[in-house]
Amino acid sequence: MSVIEIKNLYKIYDGTGIEVKAVNGIDLNIEEGEFTAIVGPSGSGKTTFLNLVGGLDRPTDGQVIVDGIDVWSLRSRKLIDFRLHNIGFVFQAYNLIPVLTAGENVEFIMQLQGWSKNDRMKRTHDLLRAVGIEDRIDSRPAKLSGGQQQRVAVARALASKPKFVLADEPTANLDSKSTENLLDIMEKLNREEKITFIFSTHDARVIKKARRVITIEDGKILKDETK
Amino acid sequence: MLFSISWRNVWRNKLRSSVIIIAIALGICAGVFSSAFYKGMADQRIEKAIKSEISHIQVHVPQFRQANDITKFMPEAARLTEEIINIPEVKGASNRIIIFSMVASAETASGVKITGVHPKAEKNVTNIHTKLVEGNYFEEKRKNPIVVGQKLAEKLRVKMGSKVVLTLQDIDNNIVNGAFRIVGIYNTANNGFDESNVFIKYTDLSRLMNLPPNAGHEIAVLAENNEIVPVVKEKIHTITPEYVVESWTELSPEMNYLTEAMDLYMYIFIVIILFALLFGIINTMLMVVLERVKEIGMLMAIGMNKLRIFLMVVLESIFLSLSGGIVGVLLGTAVSKYFETHSIDLSIWGEVYKDLGYDPFVYTSLEYSLLINVTIMVILTGIIASLYPAYKALQNDPADALRIE
Repeated sequence: MSVIEIKNLYKIYDGTGIEVKAVNGIDLNIEEGEFTAIVGPSGSGKTTFLNLVGGLDRPTDGQVIVDGIDVWSLRSRKLIDFRLHNIGFVFQAYNLIPVLTAGENVEFIMQLQGWSKNDRMKRTHDLLRAVGIEDRIDSRPAKLSGGQQQRVAVARALASKPKFVLADEPTANLDSKSTENLLDIMEKLNREEKITFIFSTHDARVIKKARRVITIEDGKILKDETK
Repeated sequence: MLFSISWRNVWRNKLRSSVIIIAIALGICAGVFSSAFYKGMADQRIEKAIKSEISHIQVHVPQFRQANDITKFMPEAARLTEEIINIPEVKGASNRIIIFSMVASAETASGVKITGVHPKAEKNVTNIHTKLVEGNYFEEKRKNPIVVGQKLAEKLRVKMGSKVVLTLQDIDNNIVNGAFRIVGIYNTANNGFDESNVFIKYTDLSRLMNLPPNAGHEIAVLAENNEIVPVVKEKIHTITPEYVVESWTELSPEMNYLTEAMDLYMYIFIVIILFALLFGIINTMLMVVLERVKEIGMLMAIGMNKLRIFLMVVLESIFLSLSGGIVGVLLGTAVSKYFETHSIDLSIWGEVYKDLGYDPFVYTSLEYSLLINVTIMVILTGIIASLYPAYKALQNDPADALRIE
C-alpha cells in the first residue's frame, strides 16, 4: 500500500530570470515500511524533493498525496498540522531546540499534539532507549556529541508516530562510528516497527543499508532500484 | 513547555538580556521612586494644608466665603461646634471669627487674614501651635495677644513682644483699631500662608467686631482620618442643614487637583520611560528573531503552528520586560521605602519650595496600586515590543530557513 504518491512533481526556480528545474516531473510511489534512499550529486534536487514531499516547499506543479490527502491542497494552518501529525523530520544539522534537554526535545512534539504528561514521559523514555541514549535524557544538545544529537533528532521525528520520516542527509555531519550506529537504529526501527524512512544522501554507507535506492539527477529520477 | 522555552530563551544570551533587563530595571526604579517622591511631596502639601490651614471640613453661612462678608456669621456657632465635637469620628472642632484686614507695625503695614480662635479648641484642629519658632500659643495671660507668621514678622520688621495694630471693620461698618502684642511667631514652611495669616483670641476679635456672643464665621473640623471625611461631612450636614458644609477638596480644589495632577504626571513619566525602553526591547527581540531564523523555520517544519511561534516570541519579550520590571519595582520600592522615613533634603532650594507651599524636606509616599499598575504597564510594553519581531518571525519560510548554513 502506497503511503506517498507523487504525481508529475515540478519545482522550478526562475528568480534570477534563468529557469532552474530543481525537480523536473517526478512520479513516484513510496510503500509503507520502505527504507528508501534518495541519492544523487550535490544540486541534483534531493533536498528540494524532500521539502516538496514534506510539505515545506510548494511545488510549481504536481501532487504529493499522503494517505489520500493532496498535501499541497491544504491551507497553511492545516498543512502545519498535517506535518505535525504525519511527517517526522531529521535534519542534516540535527536542529534540536538548544534550550531544551534531549528528553524535552522529544516530548515537545507530543506536547504540540496534545498528549498527556504521563504518555509523553513514557514514550520519551521508550524512544530515547530505542536510540540508545536514555541516560542522556536530561542533557541539553550542547552537551551531546553530533551522533547523540542526531539520535535525539530521530527520536523526536518518531515521537509523533508519523506516517513516514524524511531525513535530509542525516549522516552528513557524523563520523563513521556514529553513522553506523544511527543507521543501525533507523534500520531496526524500520524493520521492527514498520516505520517508513526516506532519506537523501550521498553517503555510500547509507546507500548500502537502503532497500530501495532512487537516483536523482537534474531533478529527474535516473534510476529506481529495489534490493 | 512554551513558557519554559521562552523563559530559557531569555537567558541564551545572558549578556544581551542582562543589559536590557538592567536598563528596564533602572528605568522602572527611577519611575517608581519619582512617583513616590512626587506623591510624598503632594501628600505633605495636602497634609500641611489640612493641618495648618483648612482642616478637613468647614462650616459657613452660605454667602460668607464668596465675599468674605463679615455680617454672614452663624449666631449659634458655639453650640453647633459642641454638637459637632460629639460626632465620634471627629477629632476636633473650632469656632472661628474671620476677617480680612490690615496689620501695621511702627514701620510698615500689610494685608492679612485675621482669625479669632479659641486656643484650646484650635489645638485640636490645626497644628499652628506646634509650628512656633518663638513664644507661645496664647498661653500667657497678656492683654490682646497675637500670633504671627515668621515671614510677616520679617516683613513688618517686628519681633516677639512688638506691638502691632489691627485695623478692621466691625459688623456695623465702623472702622476700629486694636493694638496687639506679639506672643508667638510661627513658621509652617509655607511662605504665602505665614505672610498672610495672623491669629488672635476669639474673644478679642469678637469684641473688636462687635459680634454677638457665641457667633462665628467658620467652624473648622478635623476628622479622625481623611478617608472618613465624606461620612463626617454628611453627619455635620444633618446638624447644620442651613449652612454650607464643605470638605477640604471643595474648600481647596487645587489641593485635589494637585493629587490628580501628580497621579497623572507620575503615569506620564512612567509611560515616557517605558516608551524609551520599548525601542530597546524591540531591538533586542528583533535580534533574537533574526538570529533564530533557522530554529524558527525548524519549529514550523516539525509542526509548531504560527500562533505558538507568535506566543513564543511574545512570551520571551514579556519575560524579558517583566524580569527588568520586577527588579525595577523591587529596587524602586526599597529606595522609596527608605526615604519614607529618611527625608530628602531639598533645603538648598528651600525658599523656592516654601514660596510654593511645599516642605523642603520630602518624605516619599509609595502607593501600592502604582506598583501593580507599573507591572501591568511593563507587561503591556513587553507585548507591544514583541509584535513586530513576532510578525517578522512568522514571515519565515521553513524551507528557506532550513537552507541557512
